[in-house]
Amino acid sequence: MSNLEVLKTYKLYIGGAFPRTESGRFYAPVSKQGEVLGNICLSSRKDLRNAVVAARKAQGPWEERSALNRSQILYRIAELFSDRKEIFLKEFQKQGSSLEEAVLEFSTTLDRIVYYAGWCDKYNQVLSSVNPVNSSHFNFSTCEPMGIVALIAPQNTALIGLVSLILPALAGGNTLVALASENLPISAISFAEVLNDSDVPAGVVNILTGKQDEIAPIMASHMDINALISSDLGAIENAIAEACIDNLKRKFTYTEDFNQPESQGLTFIADLQEIKTTWHPIENIGGSTSTY
Amino acid sequence: MLESNKHSIFQTINAASPIDKVGVEERVARFQTRSIKDDAKAQGLKMVLSMIDLTTLEGKDTPGKVKQMCFKAHHLHDLHPNLPQVAAVCVYPSMVAIAKQALEGTSVKIASVATAFPSGQSNLEIKLADVKLAVDSGADEIDMVISRGKFLSGEYNFVFDEIAMIKEACGVARLKVILETGELCTLDNVRKASDIAMYAGADFIKTSTGKIQPAATMQVTYTMLLAIKDYFEATGKMIGMKPAGGISTSKLALHNLVMVNEILGPNWLHNEWFRFGASSLANDVLMQILKLESGSYQSPNYFTLD
Repeated sequence: MSNLEVLKTYKLYIGGAFPRTESGRFYAPVSKQGEVLGNICLSSRKDLRNAVVAARKAQGPWEERSALNRSQILYRIAELFSDRKEIFLKEFQKQGSSLEEAVLEFSTTLDRIVYYAGWCDKYNQVLSSVNPVNSSHFNFSTCEPMGIVALIAPQNTALIGLVSLILPALAGGNTLVALASENLPISAISFAEVLNDSDVPAGVVNILTGKQDEIAPIMASHMDINALISSDLGAIENAIAEACIDNLKRKFTYTEDFNQPESQGLTFIADLQEIKTTWHPIENIGGSTSTY
Repeated sequence: MLESNKHSIFQTINAASPIDKVGVEERVARFQTRSIKDDAKAQGLKMVLSMIDLTTLEGKDTPGKVKQMCFKAHHLHDLHPNLPQVAAVCVYPSMVAIAKQALEGTSVKIASVATAFPSGQSNLEIKLADVKLAVDSGADEIDMVISRGKFLSGEYNFVFDEIAMIKEACGVARLKVILETGELCTLDNVRKASDIAMYAGADFIKTSTGKIQPAATMQVTYTMLLAIKDYFEATGKMIGMKPAGGISTSKLALHNLVMVNEILGPNWLHNEWFRFGASSLANDVLMQILKLESGSYQSPNYFTLD
C-alpha cells in the first residue's frame, strides 16, 4: 500500500518559527529543467520588519554567549546538517544540480560550517591588539559584533553562498536577516530547519524568501540594521549603497565563487566586527618599574 | 450623600446586565481588523502622542529621572518639528513638586498616583493625607486605586464612600479611579467597579496600576467604555477613560482609538477624555511617525529613553 504524497510547504523562518508571509503572496520559481519548485512565500517589507525585531531581541543574549558555547552551537549545525544529507542532495538536484554537483556542494557546505565553528573562540585573539602609546596607558583593541547583519544571498547557488556568509557572521556574535536566492530558495528553508534544531536561539538567524529587488532597498534603508552583505547586486548596487548611508551601515560585496574550498577565511568574520579601543590608565608602562 | 439616594444608585448598578465574555472577545477582535493607513494613520499617531500620560512609577525614581522625563514630555523628538506634546506626566506624590518645577510654563499636566498606590492597603486617613500631599504639591490630576480586597468581599458601600471622600479631598484636581482590573477576575466585576467609581464621583476611570498582569486588555477597556456610555446616557455627564499598562505599540494604541470612536464617538477623541498610561508607547509612536514620513524603518537607538 502506498501513502498519499505529502508535499512540504516551504515557509519563512522568523524568530524561531516558520510563518507564512504576512502578505499572503507567493511566487513559483522554476528549476533549470523547467520543474516548478513550489509556491514559495513572496516576503513583504513587513516580514522584513518582523525579522529585524526578532533579530534585535536575540542580539544581546547571542553576543553575550561565551565564545566556546557559540562554537559548540555552530558545530551542532554541522552535526544536524550532516544527518540530513539525503534531503539536501535531493533538493539540490531538484533545483537543477547534477548528482556530482550536489554532492560537492553538500560537502563544501559541511566543511565550511565546521571551519567557522572552529573560529568562534579564536578570531578575537587574532584580530585584537595591544597598542604602543606615548602615555601611561595600557591601550588595547578588541572586537565586538556589529549587530544585525542583513544578507542578500548570492543568486547562483542554492546553499553554499548563503551558508558561507551566514556562518562567519554568526561566529562573530552577530544576528542575521537573510534573503535566500530568488530562484533557488528551497534548501535555504531546509537549512533554517537545521538551524532551528541546532540550539541556535530563536531570532539569531531569520531567513526570508522573495524578490531581491523588492527587499534589498528596504534592508538598505532600515535604521536598525547595522551591516549589509551580498554578492554583486548588479543594476541596483549603487542605489543600495546610497541607501545604506543614513545610519552608516557597513556594506560589503563579495564576488568570490563560494563553491571553491578556499573561499573562506578570517576576513569574512573581521568585516563584521567593530573594533573597540580601551585606554586603561596604568603606571609607567615599559619602564624598569613597570607592573605590566 | 443621602442613604436613599445611594440606594437608588446601587439599584441602577445592579441592574446592569451580565457581560457576555465571548461576545466581547468577538467584538474586540473586529476592532483589530481595521486597516488604518497613510494620512489617517499619521493623524491617529499624533493624536496618540497627545493622549499619553508619560509615566514613571518606580521605587528607584530619582529627581533627575523625573526631570528628564518632564523634559521629554514637551520635547518628544526635537529633530522633528510639529509634534504634539504629551498630555501629562504621571509620578509618585513625592515627585510632584519636582515635576511641577520642571514643567513650569508648559501646558503638560501633572498626574500623581495616591491612596497607598499600588495596593491601596492602608486606612482612609493615610490615603487622604497621600492625596493632600500630591494636591498641595501641585498635581492637576490624582490617580487613586480602589480597595480591591473590600470590593471582592462585597463591601461595595465601603468602596463607594472611599472614592467619594477622595474626590472631595481632590478639590479642583481631576480624579482618575484605578480599578486594577487584573485583580477583579471577571468582566462583570469590571463593569460593577466602573459604575461604582463613576457614581461616586470619578472624572476618569482607569484600568490598571501597571504593576499587575494582565493590565489594559481591549476586552477590559471595551467593558469600561460601555459603562461610560451607559452612564453618559443616564446622567448626561462625560467620564474620561484611561487604559494603562501593556499598551506599548502604535498598532494597539490605534485599535484603542478606533474602539473609543465607535463606542463613545468623536467627542471622546481628545486628551480631555481619553489617555494612555504608558512609558514605552511614545517612542514606538515616534518611530512609526518617522517611518511614515521617511519611508525607512527606524531604530530605537536614535530616540531618547526618558
